[in-house]
Amino acid sequence: MSATTDALPADPVPPAGAKPTTAYRSTGKAPGTQGSVATRATRYAMLIAFVLVILMPMYVLIVTSFKPTGGAGASDAWALPTTISTEGWASAIERLAPSLIRTVILAVSVALLSSMLGSMNGFVFSRWRFPGDQVVFTLFLFGMFIPYQAVMIPLTGMMLDVEQALPWFQGIVKLIAVHTIFGIPICTLIFRNYYATAVPNDILEAAKIDGAGMLRIYRSVVLPLSIPAFVVTLIWQFTSAWNDFLFALFLTNRNNGPVTFVLNELAGGQNPDYPQIMAGVLIASLPTLLVYILLGRYFIGGLMSGSVK
Amino acid sequence: MSRAKTWLPGLVLISPSIILIAIFVYGLIGQNIWTSLNASTRRVVVGGEIVERPQHAGGIGNYGELLSTSDYQHALWNLLVLTVVFLLGTMFFGLLWAVLLEKGVNGEGVFRSVYLFPMAVSFIAAGVVWRWLLSPQEGEQAVGLNQLFQMVGLDGLQSSWWSADSRWNMAAMAMPAIWQLSGYVMALFLAGFRGISEDQREAARIDGATDRQIYRHVLFPQLSPIALSALIIIGHMSMKMFDLIYAIAGPNSYVAAVPATLMWTQMFNQGDKVMAAVNATILLTIVAVVVVPYLVYTNRTERERSS
Repeated sequence: MSATTDALPADPVPPAGAKPTTAYRSTGKAPGTQGSVATRATRYAMLIAFVLVILMPMYVLIVTSFKPTGGAGASDAWALPTTISTEGWASAIERLAPSLIRTVILAVSVALLSSMLGSMNGFVFSRWRFPGDQVVFTLFLFGMFIPYQAVMIPLTGMMLDVEQALPWFQGIVKLIAVHTIFGIPICTLIFRNYYATAVPNDILEAAKIDGAGMLRIYRSVVLPLSIPAFVVTLIWQFTSAWNDFLFALFLTNRNNGPVTFVLNELAGGQNPDYPQIMAGVLIASLPTLLVYILLGRYFIGGLMSGSVK
Repeated sequence: MSRAKTWLPGLVLISPSIILIAIFVYGLIGQNIWTSLNASTRRVVVGGEIVERPQHAGGIGNYGELLSTSDYQHALWNLLVLTVVFLLGTMFFGLLWAVLLEKGVNGEGVFRSVYLFPMAVSFIAAGVVWRWLLSPQEGEQAVGLNQLFQMVGLDGLQSSWWSADSRWNMAAMAMPAIWQLSGYVMALFLAGFRGISEDQREAARIDGATDRQIYRHVLFPQLSPIALSALIIIGHMSMKMFDLIYAIAGPNSYVAAVPATLMWTQMFNQGDKVMAAVNATILLTIVAVVVVPYLVYTNRTERERSS
């Protein structure tokens, strides 16, 4: 957890308008020095109690996943295992492996594609005004909030039509297309907010005076400055594509779908094999948890810019 | 138009995205609305013969038809209970954790990470665990939370949770959602607290204000824009919530149905595409009523600030 413990001093992607309220900053006082001993003790007691409550599902997951198959009835799930077994892990890996590989391809492609599009859009919306750009931008943003149920019926039909014409357009390929498209709004917003504050106007003006065209400015001036925002959108899109279930349910099946689809099937069986299911949950969550633990500060940056506009 | 040369390249650069958003967001929404206004027939067997009978009359009447069914009203009520409890829960814990952490405590980063981590887990993965935690059996057969309550001597807290045949059962479905997203609200509020300059507290303290008064009159008022953002984000997530309910209650649960899950039932269990489209359009309208004023408002304040 050390990567995230003290790594949040600055919001890597300041929101548009540079609202002065989004930086993590120390209060300047030494930690834990405020208030009487009693109030401090109460505060720590509460904080620790909440940690225990939040980690409770994790405890069940980990403990159950190491119990021997069949030996773990639901009724003794709170108890520690008497013998440690990795059967559950082995069978979960076997069941989930193909879909895990597909999900890696899905999440990585989506992250790269929508970040590229988001970067180009963000550049234009922040620095290359055109008539009606405010309206177009608001229409983009609304796309971030729509319930996907509102497009799902025609989308399913449309995707089937394309699959009829192009047989390779199925499963993960469909999901890559759909997630990339519906990821455009959030990525555009993150890059626009980033460029609005992180790319000084002077540099752009200088480049313009030197006769550089827009594409040239984007490629040689703006893109090299964009790495922090790319990290945010890459993580954000990776996580949301990895965790998605709704699109997977409508557009894929167990033979070509992502890990959430297969995990849900695994858990929904008639005779639940709890160690296998709980190990499956941990395996399916591990990539996003790792991303979060290792790159937590950027993750937070994504949350901030995705919400406080 | 002579200035077109300066803005045209920008428009060209984003035109792929404009086209994609136009087709996949607005085009598909339009097609969905059109589907929702269709008339439809259904095949029924009469005297050993299959005949087509009118199912939905079409037009705006389809909306009246769905709104008057008890299944849909039940789902709307469930959504209301879920959303209110989800909002209250995430706001309460988010603000409480932020207040506990904002003055700086030892190990702040660890607490923050633990509170935030459930967000990195998919609703499906979380739902698998919570389905077990919220098992309805009580007494001898109890598992999950009910069993835990027995073990610590709080037998009275046992509940059938979301499975209960009660008007308020969806309050229990909000528990896993609160578990997942309170940390997010905390992060928002924490950022808000940290953005308020220390001078303001100091000034209030010199004026003789107590800690409580400082929170109430100096700090909380300045957090209201963040609270509004959090309410909108959590509120619209609640209205769209599908994965978690699907994972916990199964695909066609009646007691835990909300419009988003009912739409799945209509589409694949009842084969009623028209009513599924009506349902989806109403859901979009509800979300739009909340989100559009918010987008317009933030857009305006942003422009005022920058001008």
